[in-house]
Amino acid sequence: MIGLLRRGLARGFDLAERGLNRLAGPALNPLAQLGALGFFLFWIVAVSGIYLFIVFDTGVENAYTSVEWYSTTGHRWHAGVMRSFHRYASDMMVVVMALHLLREFSRDRYRGARWFSWITGIPVIWFLYMSGITGYWLVWDQLAQYIATTSTELLDWLPIFGEPIARNFLAPSSLSNRFFTLLVFLHIAIPLVLLFALWIHIQRITRPRVNPPRVLAALTMLALLAVAIVKPAMSQGAADLARVPSPIGLDWFFLPLYPLADAAPGALWGLLAAATVMLAAMPWLPPLRRMQPATVDLDHCNGCGRCVEDCPYEALQLVPRSDNLPYQVEVTVNPDKCVSCGICTGSCPSSTPFRSIGPLDTGIDLPDVTFASMRERLHELAAQAASSPRLLVIGCWHGAAGAREGILSLPCVSAAPPSLIDYALSRGFVDGVVIAGCSESACYNRLGVEWMQQRIAGERDPYLRTRVPRERILQVWASPTEGARLDREIDAFRARLATLAEAPSPEPAAETPTNVREAAS
Amino acid sequence: MKLPVSMPRLVGLFAVLAAVMALAAAFSNAPAYRQIPAGTGVIKFSFSHSASRECRRRTPAELAKLPPNMRRPLDCPRGRRGIFAELAIDDVVVFSEELPPSGFAKDGPSQIYRRFVVPAGERTVAARLRDTPRATGFDHERVETVTVKPGQSLALDFRPEHGGFIWR
Repeated sequence: MIGLLRRGLARGFDLAERGLNRLAGPALNPLAQLGALGFFLFWIVAVSGIYLFIVFDTGVENAYTSVEWYSTTGHRWHAGVMRSFHRYASDMMVVVMALHLLREFSRDRYRGARWFSWITGIPVIWFLYMSGITGYWLVWDQLAQYIATTSTELLDWLPIFGEPIARNFLAPSSLSNRFFTLLVFLHIAIPLVLLFALWIHIQRITRPRVNPPRVLAALTMLALLAVAIVKPAMSQGAADLARVPSPIGLDWFFLPLYPLADAAPGALWGLLAAATVMLAAMPWLPPLRRMQPATVDLDHCNGCGRCVEDCPYEALQLVPRSDNLPYQVEVTVNPDKCVSCGICTGSCPSSTPFRSIGPLDTGIDLPDVTFASMRERLHELAAQAASSPRLLVIGCWHGAAGAREGILSLPCVSAAPPSLIDYALSRGFVDGVVIAGCSESACYNRLGVEWMQQRIAGERDPYLRTRVPRERILQVWASPTEGARLDREIDAFRARLATLAEAPSPEPAAETPTNVREAAS
Repeated sequence: MKLPVSMPRLVGLFAVLAAVMALAAAFSNAPAYRQIPAGTGVIKFSFSHSASRECRRRTPAELAKLPPNMRRPLDCPRGRRGIFAELAIDDVVVFSEELPPSGFAKDGPSQIYRRFVVPAGERTVAARLRDTPRATGFDHERVETVTVKPGQSLALDFRPEHGGFIWR
């Protein structure tokens, strides 16, 4: 059931992302920047909130009039716009958060070693809602009055308060200024806790994207400005506890469950508790069948730190050397954080297939998909390749080539070191290499696509040697629903290869482990 | 500044972002929600009131057993009795409950907060409360005909210092 839901959602996201990729490219695709956009919107809300707070009055009488001042003729173009920024950016945070949660779920990036990011996202949801609800309360218009009475009635359902706090809103005479002072404190404190929760949320990932690309940020601001001008955020009439605010314009992002609170507060608490428990249990419903984490072979590790640099999940660390080899540090793997993507194997300078002496060990390897098995598979595929031009397809499990036969299938294309491509071509095993990874906007292992692109472009160590003819390499970044595009691109690649001179014939390897270590150091 | 994509594509992306934000703005205060049906009002029945403690006069024999400095004639347990409250609107009892004292030691006030949606118009509201050991009848009562306007919120509180039930 969960799998079906996940696949359905994944297909929906794929379609949407493909469209946005075509429009703006993967770098500016908003769906690929949901986390970063969430942070960006938070800062917009924070800055606009500070601006609005300057003239906000916390008194019962003056709260509403001070907020109304924002929208008066003379102040509409600064305070009014800032108020709209504050409200709509908050709403957009809910949208972005919901999409982010659904997207990570659909990509199956919430189980296994990724449980931490998922679980720490749950308090973020709660704190975001609490921040928004306390903010609406401060305006002290009719919506605020509705929120105040309904929220307190909801809280009173819990047997934790001595006197029903809803009594504070029984009649106009029962409300005090101090209540607003408390609310202001809450509306500042809770977002700070939210920021802290966001910081915790990104602790187990390397290079978290907390800032969207500048162009996307600028367009987001412009879009907010356009909406703020066309449909400025307004109050809904001063609160009057002698009247029931009805009908009322609800914010359906922050308050979709409030009608249920009116009808059955117990049911709402039950729903919220069940949803929270369900979300918290999801990483283990069922647990991910995890591959064995990466292991380090100190005989082939000189502590260069390239794998530490490339690991997307902070699973690797450099520690003082524990053996007698003449290096200062060595790599250790935190198995709890390792997602077994193999990117570390691809970044290790010891991962060179040119060696012919001894077993093909490398500095850091996946026990379930060893580097030696990659080379062995390459030899098998090269031997089977009949039609010319002969191709080696290095496919990511999570991309368009994931389920295909007759390819070098890996948990991430970046698990293959550039030297493997060099080996396949320079030794004449194949005429061309196809790297078929995840969609650029949705790399399952976060950084696999980026690292492979940079390695081939010679921008990231380990580089693909300049001697490797780039025209014999095809990079296809395609999601599982883009199999047809992958086929088309491979066919076109075959046609291009047919026009090139043949690759050299296979010849024996010559490098030794000693040479490799020297080269790496 | 070199743009990562062409200007028409940027305009397209701006249009997508603006459309999403317009949608967010539209749902930020619509569609409207009606908490109570048209032509109705609300009567809130709420109070926080402590029943008296049930003290017992100690017998001379009991007093004699106590240390001299603790010989108080009345034995007043910490806990209080509950309060029985009733609310009838147009002779229909809409609330009738024994309200237990609050707190772990059951020594706090009994509390109630209930909201009743009633049709607008003249309503006869009868509020009754029993906070003494009597088994039947009530210690406080207020019966009154009030005019509930559409959308009006009336609060019926209990303040012994103001003579019992009061409208707020």
